[in-house]
Amino acid sequence: MAHDEVSGIDSAASDSSAVETSHRTSAGTAVIGSDVENPGEPPHRARVTDLDPAKAKHADRTVYTLFYLSIAGSIFALAAYMAFPIEDGDPVALRLNTLFIGLGSALALFGIGLAAVHWGKALMVDKEGIDVRHPVRGTDETRARAVEIFDQADKESGFGRRTLIRNSLIGAIIAFPLPGLVLFRGLGPQDQDPVELLSHTMWKKGSRLTLDPSGIPVRASDITIGSVFHIIPEGLNEREDLLEQKAKAAVLLMRLDPADLNISPEREGWSYDGIVAYSKICTHVGCPVALYEQQTHHLLCPCHQSTFDVVNEAKVIFGPAKRPLPQLPIEVDSEGYLVAQSDFHEPVGPSFWERS
Amino acid sequence: MTSTIERTEAAESPATPKKGGGITGAAANYLDERTSISAVVKEFGRKIFPDHWSFMLGEVALYSFVVIILSGTFLTFFFQASMVETHYEGAFVPLKGVEMSAAMDSALHISFDVRGGLLVRQIHHWAALLFIASIGLHMLRVFFTGAFRKPRELNWMIGFVLFVLAMAEGFTGYSLPDDLLSGNGLRIIDGLIKGMPVIGTWTSFLLFGGEFPGTAIVGRLYTLHILLLPAILVAFLALHLVFVVVHKHTQFAGPGRTEKNVIGYPILPVYAAKAGGFFFLVFGVIALMASFFTINPIWNYGPYDPSPVSAGTQPDWYIGFADGALRLIPPGLEFVWLNHTWSFNIIIPVIALVLLLLFVAIYPFVESWVTGDKREHHILDRPRNAPTRTAIGAAGVTFYAALWAAASSDLMATHFQLSIEGVIHVVQAWAVLGPFIAYFITKRVCIGLMKKDREIVLHGYESGRIVRLPGGEYIEVHEQLDDYERWKLVDYESFEPIMLRPNSNGKITPVMRLRSAMSNWFFEDRIAPASRAELDAAHGHGHAPAVGTGSPARGELEDQTGGNTHH
Ligand code: HEM
Ligand code: FES
Repeated sequence: MAHDEVSGIDSAASDSSAVETSHRTSAGTAVIGSDVENPGEPPHRARVTDLDPAKAKHADRTVYTLFYLSIAGSIFALAAYMAFPIEDGDPVALRLNTLFIGLGSALALFGIGLAAVHWGKALMVDKEGIDVRHPVRGTDETRARAVEIFDQADKESGFGRRTLIRNSLIGAIIAFPLPGLVLFRGLGPQDQDPVELLSHTMWKKGSRLTLDPSGIPVRASDITIGSVFHIIPEGLNEREDLLEQKAKAAVLLMRLDPADLNISPEREGWSYDGIVAYSKICTHVGCPVALYEQQTHHLLCPCHQSTFDVVNEAKVIFGPAKRPLPQLPIEVDSEGYLVAQSDFHEPVGPSFWERS
Repeated sequence: MTSTIERTEAAESPATPKKGGGITGAAANYLDERTSISAVVKEFGRKIFPDHWSFMLGEVALYSFVVIILSGTFLTFFFQASMVETHYEGAFVPLKGVEMSAAMDSALHISFDVRGGLLVRQIHHWAALLFIASIGLHMLRVFFTGAFRKPRELNWMIGFVLFVLAMAEGFTGYSLPDDLLSGNGLRIIDGLIKGMPVIGTWTSFLLFGGEFPGTAIVGRLYTLHILLLPAILVAFLALHLVFVVVHKHTQFAGPGRTEKNVIGYPILPVYAAKAGGFFFLVFGVIALMASFFTINPIWNYGPYDPSPVSAGTQPDWYIGFADGALRLIPPGLEFVWLNHTWSFNIIIPVIALVLLLLFVAIYPFVESWVTGDKREHHILDRPRNAPTRTAIGAAGVTFYAALWAAASSDLMATHFQLSIEGVIHVVQAWAVLGPFIAYFITKRVCIGLMKKDREIVLHGYESGRIVRLPGGEYIEVHEQLDDYERWKLVDYESFEPIMLRPNSNGKITPVMRLRSAMSNWFFEDRIAPASRAELDAAHGHGHAPAVGTGSPARGELEDQTGGNTHH
């Protein structure tokens, strides 16, 4: 620790003692510190525990008492583990089990923590120490030696001189991870195309609209004005890929006064007597749009508050989503059940690059 | 230096014993003969750490990470990262017979059938929240005190990586139980990814192993959560701490403290006792929170299903800023162009977040370019003494807070009976204007505080004691600071902005102009620390004579090569 003299290193860095006041920095910036002199460390102040043996004794007692308390806490937690079985499913037992094992452990931890800190603060010698700082950079000799080593390695290997070897090495190093990267294609199934999958749902001509989650089909006559139903296609519950299908096929069914609905010419006939069906999957990033305000006929997405106006073909009237919710064309079959006329006419859910 | 233990003394009492030191001695000897451990003790045993409450924030992060690892390892013994469908048959009656994934089933099993399991789950989650919160605060303390300056810029970047990794760990962990909320979070991620131009659709397809939600994602996130991310995190954490040792810790200005020393307590024994004890206190606080407060009650949410209503759903708070950014984007920003869908309603918030994070990551380099300051700094700035940096920080915090508030816009609307549109518009204005307002106010406040400090240094502080002068008027007695207190207020530097001078080719480039302008902006209105001469003048009597340098006038500094009176 004797080499306090920092010799000839980066003059700015080595001059940067706070006691020495003004310096130049690299770009011609001038720095001024105060020229008031550093008074040096204040005299050490003795603590009460240093001066009064009774206080020291007391602190001593506090520390070991806390350690004992910690042991008591651990034992308490062990006892709680045994005293509160939870296997019969009683919620109160679970509550107490959690609470008392936790409290016992907390006591065990606090005991050790407080004791150690108190020991450190009140009893251990509290004189401060000083370490000398050195510039982080290596000394000039070290750096010169490092450069020399690299030079030597370059000479001995011919890395810089044998350019063909060097360049082919770089090429090989770049090429070798590629097969490994390609393996990650296997993360998704080889025989499927995401764009294709995203473009279709389970709905097809004649699929009945059934209740989510029971799968009971609904009749047009069940749907009263002002009501809203959560709908899934018939047969969904039997599917292996239930969640994937549901994430695309979920639908909201509402009945409004037909006079309230503004229907564009191409969608004439997509609704039945004021009953309309819209995809429930938000066109923003895909949350279920499931809050329906009856008076305003607005659908609200709980995730980022995109708001869709059912009266105007679910156009966005507020929020980050841009596209209206896709509409499912519906009709009524011979038994009076609501069925789809076809799949949606566009991909449902969040936008994606290849969408259009 | 009367009151210090010289560090060199430490070399005389390393743990390695002479022969015949009893059983501990024998063991130590055995170890040292095989490991050279005595050298480590010699080098680090009496290493000095300075004390300040704000230095404990990094420690809180470290300790909560240890708790996370301990509790998380316990959880892995029970958790099943599988999305195979099962019927729940555990102890929690309301969900009996409900179809769910094995992941959710095992998470419920831990909560209801393993004694103390719920406690450990809650310890894990609370520790994670504390971890991220303390990293954030630690970052703020490093920022506002200028601890990121040379030579610590790279350690700032490492710390930044830790911050990002911590959020990634949080998100992957939150997604594991496969409950309604975690599935909903993944749905949003899926939508975000799909919105990315060119690569979005395929990235999502590969990530989820097919269509959303698929049956692969929980297993994959599990690998990230318990293997890959922790491994990287531990590696960076180790590097981070190695650098703290290499650089030695910074210290605040104080009597006896200089850029060339560090004053504090030695690792053995005082620092070890305090820091070791502090670990148990942090752990204790986490255990208390976990015993009293339920967190993430997945049994109330039920298994993931893409369709149920989930009003008021919130991600964990540390993801809130990203969610908020999605909400704040003005409507209508999605277009079809060149036969492709451009989701600017997603691209813009993502880019904004990336830029925000990038700016945080490279801030040390930006600042040192603007200031032209390439010296090492080990004495911390008091935030007020770097007004522009502090104001930038305040602006950043304000912007982050706006994003964060936006993530709760629906809760604010329902709670205060406002329209959601109104709330969003207010927060949009806040996000745009707030940072400027915060910048301006903070800068003024800092400068005001600096002026006040200077006033106190020169004229003392008001003692509250009123005396009557012989002439009849009353004055309040001003108490002078002692030398030690005064030093804390004057030990800082004042800069002159970079001058616009032609370079070696005799040219002034636009980049140079920009730099000089930014430097002027960064240093405008700075207040220089009081000088010896000013002090003497203010006190009007002979204090201890000054060291020799008078107060250099500002203009002279240009060619000065350094206060060399000490050499
Ligand atoms: C896993 C998370 C982290 C842990 C466990 C951690 C731990 C620590 C500890 C124990 C210290 C020494 C005490 C202190 O100054 O508080 C430290 C110092 C430091 N940390 Fe972190 N830290 C973390 C994240 C970060 C982040 C996110 C940043 C900033 C982007 C950061 C930047 C720094 C810097 C620059 C230092 C040196 C400060 C000085 O010497 O004054 N750290 N860290
Ligand atoms: S997912 Fe519906 S608004 Fe974002």
